[in-house]
Amino acid sequence: MITLVFYCLSAILVFAAARVITVRNPVQAALFLVLAFFTSAGIWLLLEAEFLAIALVLVYVGAVMVLFLFVVMMLDINTDSVREGFARYFPVGGLVGVLILMEMILVLSSTFFNKKAENISLDVPLVDNTTALGRVLYVDYLYAFEIAAVILLVAMVAAITLTLRNRKESKRQYPEQQVKVTRAERIKLVDMTSDGN
Amino acid sequence: MNIPMSDLYVLLPEIFVLTMACIILIVAVYIPKQLMELNYHLAQVTVIGAAILTLTNLTESSSIVMNNMFIHDPMSILLKAFIYLITFTVFLYSRQYLRARDLYKGEYFVLSLTALLGMQIMVSAAHFLSLYLGLELLSLSLYAMVAMWRDSKQASEAAMKYFVLGALASGMLLYGMSMFYGITGTLELQKISEVIATGKIENTLLAFSLVFIMVGVAFKLGAVPFHMWVPDVYQGAPTAMTLFISAAPKLAAFAMLMRLLVDGLQGLHTDWQGMLMIMAILSMGLGNIVAIAQTNIKRMLAYSTISHIGFLLLGVLTATKEGYSASMFYTIVYALMSMGSFGMILLLSRAGFEAENIDDFKGLNERSPWYAFIMMILMLSMAGVPPMLGFWAKWSVLNQVVASGFVWLAVVAVLFSVIGAFFYLRIIRLMYVDKPEDLTKIVVAADMRIAISINGLGILALGLFPQILFQLCMNVF
Repeated sequence: MITLVFYCLSAILVFAAARVITVRNPVQAALFLVLAFFTSAGIWLLLEAEFLAIALVLVYVGAVMVLFLFVVMMLDINTDSVREGFARYFPVGGLVGVLILMEMILVLSSTFFNKKAENISLDVPLVDNTTALGRVLYVDYLYAFEIAAVILLVAMVAAITLTLRNRKESKRQYPEQQVKVTRAERIKLVDMTSDGN
Repeated sequence: MNIPMSDLYVLLPEIFVLTMACIILIVAVYIPKQLMELNYHLAQVTVIGAAILTLTNLTESSSIVMNNMFIHDPMSILLKAFIYLITFTVFLYSRQYLRARDLYKGEYFVLSLTALLGMQIMVSAAHFLSLYLGLELLSLSLYAMVAMWRDSKQASEAAMKYFVLGALASGMLLYGMSMFYGITGTLELQKISEVIATGKIENTLLAFSLVFIMVGVAFKLGAVPFHMWVPDVYQGAPTAMTLFISAAPKLAAFAMLMRLLVDGLQGLHTDWQGMLMIMAILSMGLGNIVAIAQTNIKRMLAYSTISHIGFLLLGVLTATKEGYSASMFYTIVYALMSMGSFGMILLLSRAGFEAENIDDFKGLNERSPWYAFIMMILMLSMAGVPPMLGFWAKWSVLNQVVASGFVWLAVVAVLFSVIGAFFYLRIIRLMYVDKPEDLTKIVVAADMRIAISINGLGILALGLFPQILFQLCMNVF
């Protein structure tokens, strides 16, 4: 049963991933990427990595892709101009691709990564991995976690300090003054001699 | 595997500083403009409070808490005590300068305090993670502080350079750390030294990883050939920020060097000795020679910093306990002198005027004999003229270098110091011999006048009785 679900999800994943780069419309491409994320989250669930699956859906689908879709919809990207020069860049791109392929073959075929497999201890605690991750983050590495939080706070303070300034030339409304305005301040009656008649 | 409450007790100074920084952050938003002084007072209370918390928890032995991430030992206490002292004085010196430039805001104090927190964490780091995170906390705060003066183009440029090069250095350091993790299987400095001591690991692998760590540390210290950012940042940053960067973070950087090389990688000292030697000679040489050609005093002091860093490395490279304490003595003395010198630059600056050229010190004796005298003490001390404190710092380091059998290295160091004495003495000549060009009255607040006088006279007095400070440094190792 699990194998069947796995193959279903994998097939959808491969299809979605392929469509991301082949579809012409960028909005559709982004939506296919969302589909790819959902199916890979499903695969992770099958592996009992429920925390990663939830994080993937929440962070990537919920935040990153929505932001991405906004950008794609706001910018009117001309897909034809992006596709131009495919033939020109193909040799360089192809070379990089071949290099990466060779590296992967070298790494995967060497015995370097198989060597230490017996050293990995298998006495994993019998808790789900959300609990395990929580223990690592909030107990084992609590101190480091807290410092990291302070670093994020500093980043926020720094960003606001560097960008927030009261610009004199910027115009703004002061409702309390607008309400208090009197007729005398706004209208001035001028006596004019009417000529003609 | 829970963390006992007693661990948090050791951590009190850090917790206090963080809490106060958050309080100032909130207070600064809500208080009216007339009460801006409150930020300053809160920041000073924070520093004093942290000092009290640290000094009431003295220890003779070292204990490691928070799941082996935080070390509480005599060295960390002494360094923290001086970091508090320096931060306190830096706030005091910067007050007038910042107020004149509309930088006297809550953010300055918040970022300074987070930088202080970063330094505390670095000084007490017993783990690669806490060391790195402390360093990042310090660096991030400093980048923002340098960039804070938005009206100055120079400051933005300096911040950009500082940020890019600093990020590169952090990357290098992290890369080295990750390799050590791969080799030894642990991030705890103590365990790493245990693994290395077993001698089962190939030395080439360790030395290769060590190179990355050294590059990262050298960048942060500003040792040649990783010094390029120092002159630009020192010159471009608002002087109050230069003052901050030049003093206390040097103590933290020294602590980082000690934690990494001595606590963690003592077993590799034959490898790092050579690297430190090259950097020490290059730093002393380049720093002292290039400083002669400078006309901007902030830039000149930046090159002088580079040369002092070279001297500091000399003590560490002896790889003996006496050498480390001599180096620590040197670092503390340097931080005190640097604080005084940049304090003098701040003192001569006023709204709309930066006293950053050497010529601005012309005829200072006629304008104010007392400040000229203080500056003379500071410059003589930097040059290493007896009986100033700077002389004893140089003497104790050279003593250890000779004791470890590197007589030629000591000779080289003395030669470069003599070259370096030239540009310090030039300032003294300008102050006492030349006629002043700028006759504006020097207006200084009473607290700053007292502080800078204590700073200058302290260097003279401690120079007459160097044993006091030296003994403190000897006792921690």
